[in-house]
Amino acid sequence: MTKGMRFGVGDRLAPLTKPPVTRTQLVMYAGASGDFNPIHTVESFAQEAGLGGVIAHGMLTMAFVGQMLTDLFGESGELSTFGIRFIDMVRPDDIITCEGVVTEVEEAPNGQIVTCDVWATKAPGDVKVVQGTARFRIFA
Amino acid sequence: MGVDMHDFLPLVGVWSEPVKNEVEKGAIRKFAQAIGDDNPLYSNEEAAKKSRYGRLVAPPTFSRTFDYGRIPNLVLPTAGLIHGEQSYVFHRPILAGDVLYASQALVDVKERSGKLGRMIILLFSYKVENEAGDLVQTATSTIIYRPEGGNSHD
Repeated sequence: MTKGMRFGVGDRLAPLTKPPVTRTQLVMYAGASGDFNPIHTVESFAQEAGLGGVIAHGMLTMAFVGQMLTDLFGESGELSTFGIRFIDMVRPDDIITCEGVVTEVEEAPNGQIVTCDVWATKAPGDVKVVQGTARFRIFA
Repeated sequence: MGVDMHDFLPLVGVWSEPVKNEVEKGAIRKFAQAIGDDNPLYSNEEAAKKSRYGRLVAPPTFSRTFDYGRIPNLVLPTAGLIHGEQSYVFHRPILAGDVLYASQALVDVKERSGKLGRMIILLFSYKVENEAGDLVQTATSTIIYRPEGGNSHD
């Protein structure tokens, strides 16, 4: 939320560790998003589908990464682009940590345009569950 | 099931009728709650009023909640779909009270065979415009369908 924040290539974004994913959260996300695919909420259905239990909506994990970005710049910035590839399944009790690193900085008349790689893991150094890029504007 | 990419090819480039979506405060709050994001701009009207937005703001992926209309003749299987990728281009913020028009199209279809069997890769494009016809947001989704089965994880 700092005015006049500046980024340089190689800067690490402040990571965000979310509380453990819960089944209640998956039901809430289903209701809020309108994605009622039972693989996210109905244990027996997910078992029969061969998933070994309910899995989180990929878009929920993407929302976590989105929060890391908006927490970072608050009102002093704005997202321009945000893309994610879904790699691995997230399940109830998983603790997701979102991270990122700046890959490109463009100086603009009224601030900076910052491009970064972003990703999320279930534990530091673990395989990525999602991975992508984001670009945001920082207002000077 | 005998589904292949040729079932989808005739539908490529056909857009749904844009659907009116009204951005409600309660819907923004519920979405923010569901993702566990306590950013005051999403839930606290006083804080939002003092911000440069002036109204409650929607989180970046909020447009997931919109109705994008039906693509005529598109029948998607209900099982075996995997959400592969999602990307957004943000042109304007989405704020409480906005009246937006959302539409979607299938824009590309590919078929591949790999170790995991046959995959049909569907690329969808989404468009959100305001009442003045300005672009608010565009998005794309890659949906992978494995006709011979396999786990779906969206």
